[in-house]
Amino acid sequence: MATILAVDDSASMRQMVAFTLKGAGYDVVEADDGVNALKAAKGKKIDLVVTDVNMPNMDGIALIKQLRQLPEYKFTPMLMLTTEAGDGKKQEGKAAGATGWIVKPFNPDQLLATIKKVLG
Amino acid sequence: MSINLEQFHQTFFEESFEGLDSMESGLLNLQAGGMDADTINTIFRAAHSIKGGSGTFGFSEVAKFTHVLETLLNEMRDGRRAVTPDAVNLLLQSVDVLREMLTAVRGKDAINHARANQVHGQLEQMLQAGAGTAGAVPPATSAHTHAPGTQDWKISFRPQSHLLKTGNDPLRIFRELGEHGSLRIDADLSQLPAFDRLDPESCYLGWNLVLESMAAESTINEAFDWVREESALNITSMQPGTPVSMASVANASPAAVMTAKTEGEAAASTASAVNAAESRATTRASAGETASIRVDISKVDELINMVGELVITQNILGQIGQNFDMSKLHKLTQALSELDRNTRELQESVMRIRMLPISFAFNRVPRLVHDLSSKLGKKVELKMSGESTELDKTVMERIVDPLVHLVRNTCDHGIEMPDVRRAAGKPETGTLTLSACHKGGNVVIEIADDGAGLNQEKILKKARERGLVKPDQQLSADEIHDLIFLPGFSTAEQVSDVSGRGVGMDVVRKNIQGLGGNVEIFSEPGKGARFTVRLPLTLAIMDGQSVAVGKEFYIVPLVSIIVSTIVKNEHVSTMANGGEVFKFRDEYLPLMRLYDLYGATPRTTDISQGLMVVVEGDGRRAGLFVDELLGQQQVVIKSLEANYKRVEGISGATILGDGSVALILDIPGLIRIAHQKKVA
Repeated sequence: MATILAVDDSASMRQMVAFTLKGAGYDVVEADDGVNALKAAKGKKIDLVVTDVNMPNMDGIALIKQLRQLPEYKFTPMLMLTTEAGDGKKQEGKAAGATGWIVKPFNPDQLLATIKKVLG
Repeated sequence: MSINLEQFHQTFFEESFEGLDSMESGLLNLQAGGMDADTINTIFRAAHSIKGGSGTFGFSEVAKFTHVLETLLNEMRDGRRAVTPDAVNLLLQSVDVLREMLTAVRGKDAINHARANQVHGQLEQMLQAGAGTAGAVPPATSAHTHAPGTQDWKISFRPQSHLLKTGNDPLRIFRELGEHGSLRIDADLSQLPAFDRLDPESCYLGWNLVLESMAAESTINEAFDWVREESALNITSMQPGTPVSMASVANASPAAVMTAKTEGEAAASTASAVNAAESRATTRASAGETASIRVDISKVDELINMVGELVITQNILGQIGQNFDMSKLHKLTQALSELDRNTRELQESVMRIRMLPISFAFNRVPRLVHDLSSKLGKKVELKMSGESTELDKTVMERIVDPLVHLVRNTCDHGIEMPDVRRAAGKPETGTLTLSACHKGGNVVIEIADDGAGLNQEKILKKARERGLVKPDQQLSADEIHDLIFLPGFSTAEQVSDVSGRGVGMDVVRKNIQGLGGNVEIFSEPGKGARFTVRLPLTLAIMDGQSVAVGKEFYIVPLVSIIVSTIVKNEHVSTMANGGEVFKFRDEYLPLMRLYDLYGATPRTTDISQGLMVVVEGDGRRAGLFVDELLGQQQVVIKSLEANYKRVEGISGATILGDGSVALILDIPGLIRIAHQKKVA
């Protein structure tokens, strides 16, 4: 089963995402900011990245930009978790190489449905 | 599938309250003129997280409230809105409202709508009125237009060549469309370059699709959400049955769609089984607010390490115990001293787990000072130091109220109005210093100001009016300062809304003494005052001196002992009321015979045959007459109140090595009794 990197500085959101994904049988790697996510991604085979946008140290957009520059993550799907207020963020994220976004608030079913679509 | 989101609530509340704290301190920094982008970003991020979480976990009212707040903060962050003091005050109020809302939601209580709506309205007003346009309001979701029956949709999709490099895959989109009906796909190969010029990482294909579906246009649009910006997309509706001009028409692999569905179902059933188990676990835990502390993982590791050592020592002792003979005595002593060390270290690390940095108590002070100074029209600068000083969690929780009271008093009575300060040749802005440090086995907290100092005349006058001091009684400066700790003493001319609410300094001192600590005042007229609060590191264990009276044992807290000495009979005098005093270093101290107080049968009643333990509490001294001193030891304090009832002069009990019970003396309480006698 696919391995998913879940990045969020909010522990509750991260736990919710991880719990949902693990429940669906995915392997989940968690990180609480962009810096740690980047560390976790290097040297691991990650099939999909789900990241919050607003985070300390390194935000989600910078993380996506950095990951895209690594050869092994050139085509990996990367999704941003964003609120509707951050509409500009969607385009900024796209420009950085994000595959798409999931709009907050979302429920576990929506999350899972989206991820299944992406991973096929 | 449905996942019980309640299991994440505890974490959500914890992080939200932390977020609110950091919003608050960030906002206070802004107020002080520190307009840096980092601070605004931190505040924004906290609001943003709370909004995201509350929406996700179903606290829609909190989410709705945070949304306006976030919009306002977003404008500030983007520099579209100035950070005015009014705005900061409103944001601070919003933090309060959110804190109340979250507390209510956590306790499953009703939210105070009046307050929330009021602040919400103010935020809305500010958004509409102020600088910057409220551009961040989300566009209304497109109206759903339901087609009555199936309909043919013609879709032309021409992505830009870098589509694949964002991790997007056209197949995903087609698969999604395929779920809505029957899909025919035709690839447009016209842009495909010659093989030698083909970049394998680029997308050269375009697609013409025909979807026969009941789905609304918005649903179809949704499938292209992530790629719309980087492709040419055209979706048109056709009457069913209209011939489609396409060279070849193919079905999206139904097998692939099928697999996805079955996998999904299997995953869902596993997840719901897990979920059921989890929800059982959470129902038990979710009853009300659970008391928990965050412990640094290194502290836990240390503990585990020590338990490991303890087990080794136990094994060694066990081995020595088998066929013991005197030749093994040396080994036994060695192992026992090892056990002693293990136990001590274990005790220390367990204590450390309960230790939290005092910043937990200090954190609310900046906000308090900010609110007080604006309410009182004073200018106060707060300086804090030693926030990382660690203190037992229980002590911490109980010191907050006295601390808040002392700070409030200092702002109200200590620091003068700006014009008064100017007239006195001082800077208009007063300084309030809050510091903490470890001294010996104690934590010392100081609240100091550069204000007017304690007004001795006013205090004395008030005390005489209330009959707390006899008209002709002469008091030293320290004794006058001490008067403010007497019950029923308040110098506030009128009961203000800041201090003087009936909870006086006597309660402050009582609370601090209840923690085994004390509070001292140092004041200089015109220069300022300083309150020094001394607290034990922990409530559970203390260093004690055991003393014997007849067959009874008592524990005297080591910190309160000044000296133990033999007093000659001629240095003892009896006063008119029957109380006794003795001469100690040119001063007469009240003498208390412990056997009298506790009805024990002593070995001797002759002062010169026993020992006098000179103790100090609340800055006053007294002598305790006992038979003899025994050893010093660390004692574990057991509450007398919880197991029996409160006894004047006794702070608790402990169990000695031989299993007998010894009472722990409450020295300040005893001294109070003794001095009452002396005065009477």
